[in-house]
Amino acid sequence: MNPSAIFQTLLYFGLLFALAWPLGQYLEALLAGRLSERCRWMAATERGLLRLMGTTDEEMSWWRYALALLLFNLIGVVALYLLQQFQGYLPFNPAAMGAVSPDSALNTAVSFVTNTNWQGYAGESTMSHLTQMLGLGVQNFLSAATGIAVAVALIRGFAHRSAVNIGNAWLDLSRATLWLLLPLSFLFALFLAGQGVIQNLDAPRQVQTVETLVPQSLPMGPVASQEAIKMLGTNGGGFFNANSAHPFENPTPVANFAQMLSIFLIPAALVFMFGRMVGDMRQGVTVLASMTLLFLGMLAVVVWSESQANPLLLNLGMDGSMGNMEGKETRFGILASALFATITTAASCGAVNAMHDSFMPLGGGAVMWLIQLGEVVFGGVGSGLYGMLLFALLAVFLAGLMIGRTPEYLGKKIGSFEMKMVSIAILITPLLVLGGTAVAVLADAGRAGMLNPGGQGFSEVLYAFSSAANNNGSAFAGLSANTPFYNLMLALAMALGRFGVIVPVLAIAGSLAAKPRLAASSGTMPTHGSLFVALLVGTVILIGALTYIPALALGPVIEHLQLFGVPR
Amino acid sequence: MKQLIRPALVLFTLLSLLTGLLYPLAVTGLAQVLFPVQANGSLIEQEGKVIGSSLIGQAFSSSRYFWSRPSATGPMENNGLASSGSNLGPRNPALVDAVKARITRLIAAHPDHVGPPPADLVTASASGLDPHISPAAAHYQEERISAERKLPLERVRALIETHVEGPGLGIFGEARVNVLELNLALDAVAGN
Repeated sequence: MNPSAIFQTLLYFGLLFALAWPLGQYLEALLAGRLSERCRWMAATERGLLRLMGTTDEEMSWWRYALALLLFNLIGVVALYLLQQFQGYLPFNPAAMGAVSPDSALNTAVSFVTNTNWQGYAGESTMSHLTQMLGLGVQNFLSAATGIAVAVALIRGFAHRSAVNIGNAWLDLSRATLWLLLPLSFLFALFLAGQGVIQNLDAPRQVQTVETLVPQSLPMGPVASQEAIKMLGTNGGGFFNANSAHPFENPTPVANFAQMLSIFLIPAALVFMFGRMVGDMRQGVTVLASMTLLFLGMLAVVVWSESQANPLLLNLGMDGSMGNMEGKETRFGILASALFATITTAASCGAVNAMHDSFMPLGGGAVMWLIQLGEVVFGGVGSGLYGMLLFALLAVFLAGLMIGRTPEYLGKKIGSFEMKMVSIAILITPLLVLGGTAVAVLADAGRAGMLNPGGQGFSEVLYAFSSAANNNGSAFAGLSANTPFYNLMLALAMALGRFGVIVPVLAIAGSLAAKPRLAASSGTMPTHGSLFVALLVGTVILIGALTYIPALALGPVIEHLQLFGVPR
Repeated sequence: MKQLIRPALVLFTLLSLLTGLLYPLAVTGLAQVLFPVQANGSLIEQEGKVIGSSLIGQAFSSSRYFWSRPSATGPMENNGLASSGSNLGPRNPALVDAVKARITRLIAAHPDHVGPPPADLVTASASGLDPHISPAAAHYQEERISAERKLPLERVRALIETHVEGPGLGIFGEARVNVLELNLALDAVAGN
């Protein structure tokens, strides 16, 4: 990597950790309930909410907690589906958008509720302002709050001793939304508006262009408010089709850097919160170090890959010094595009400021693999942490097998029930990705969607299922995915990929909470420090490599060899 | 189960109203007061008519103007209501053909320029609405503009240089030139 890339990466992580540390402190106080004990109006608000809901702040068993989240999310799917069907009759629709097709509406509803934000539609020609705000925007908040709730419930499983319950789902959801996501989004939205992100409720505005040959219509809408939570909640669903490459969503390199920071901010803060809640910050730092290492390795590949010019275009006489500029914006160039792409796929954000389908084969392959690792490199808000903790359990289990001891993590003995749940949660996404891809490439309806020929077409399908099942939401967007086949297949992958992990995670939380917390002895394997970092990183890479390298060989790898390996 | 339905419905409704109406409307109100120009699209007016946005690229085809980057939006280039990249993979023959045609056209239109065309001038942007080109891409076109507008080459170069925006805060992103603003300045200097 060149000096500028190294400097920007260092600056990025320096700022990220400096912001995430105090936020982690705040989150711990907030979600442990100490903040509302101290602050009277917060407590009063929460009490009022609970009274309206007709419930109490009583803690829940794991299955009750899971049921509450599932119900809450199901209501979200129904509401978002109906809103898209009836947007034509509702206010805030200056461009007179009609009903969305049923299969696309279902796909989008599942997509935004599961924090995937896969978009088969193009926002500027499909969604009314009301649907954007009251439908998609709301789920940007609530899906992130759901992720935080699951993560904090799992942490309580480790922190509680011989308890039956793992927290109150309603309180966790409300606190994450009211006292974290909402205030942060509000500030960030105003910052973005100052940078040039639009924020109004107008109809598209027709302008006379300078050459006046063809007038141009400029899309309008409440973009800044949507953009802020889209990044902070690692949602990634763009107001416009071009997402964060659109100048109205991401107008300046400074806005772009802030957007990149906001993607990792809450996932990183949650890891610090984890360290505090289990009473051992070294545990949090170890997890964070593992994530950072995995991230830096993949970043190097993407930056290197995109800095190269396409050899086929060099042959035509193009100047290659700028690198691979197809599908990239001038104001971002190679470095800010590569950094953004790595961040958005490491976190399950899925916003894009460059078109991944036009990346060089290995650059596109690297970001795809980051998704396939299970979105545990910082990952989605909440989901990244609970995903990584599943790998930590797997790592202590593997180490336990090697040394012949009962595995322990954070003082809790890991039994066969926990390992069964870990296996389900870790294996369900590969099943959905590889199974879904296989079905799609065998079906005419699946192959019909490919834009690019050869291995790149296969990559488009593999990327789509990887993105859906791991709840990322970015795409090799050449794929025409707004068809009943892809809308339904991907909706299924998104739903199972989200809740097929959440339910086992909560089961683990419940089972662990019931166990006593053992004191560390001389025979306990330490789960902090560089040895455990190596073990954890190794486990993540091992699972990701064994599962996906055969499929990646048919897409990005073969494309790379064909692009660079053929003598000319 | 029954005891969970009411809390779920009530909480969903309340949080929806708060995050889905109150929040975006409050941001709209504040942004309209604090940043009225930006919040409404950074529009550029000329003689009382809105002629574009400084953030949204326009297509320029006349040889009297600096050209923007290629745009992959349909049905016409730089369609504001259909932002999109080409999504062509690096080995797609359609990409190679498109770039070949662009290079041929550029070389034919710039016979006086020495050196190959820069990458951003022959590749489609991510949004299809990229308002910028690189400084190299602007300088690539300077001989043509100088001849067409009957301006000394030095004058055109100086005009480009005054329109180069450096990286954000000196470090973020790339140096760039806003094509619409550059062309408006050109019209002001040379008359349209």
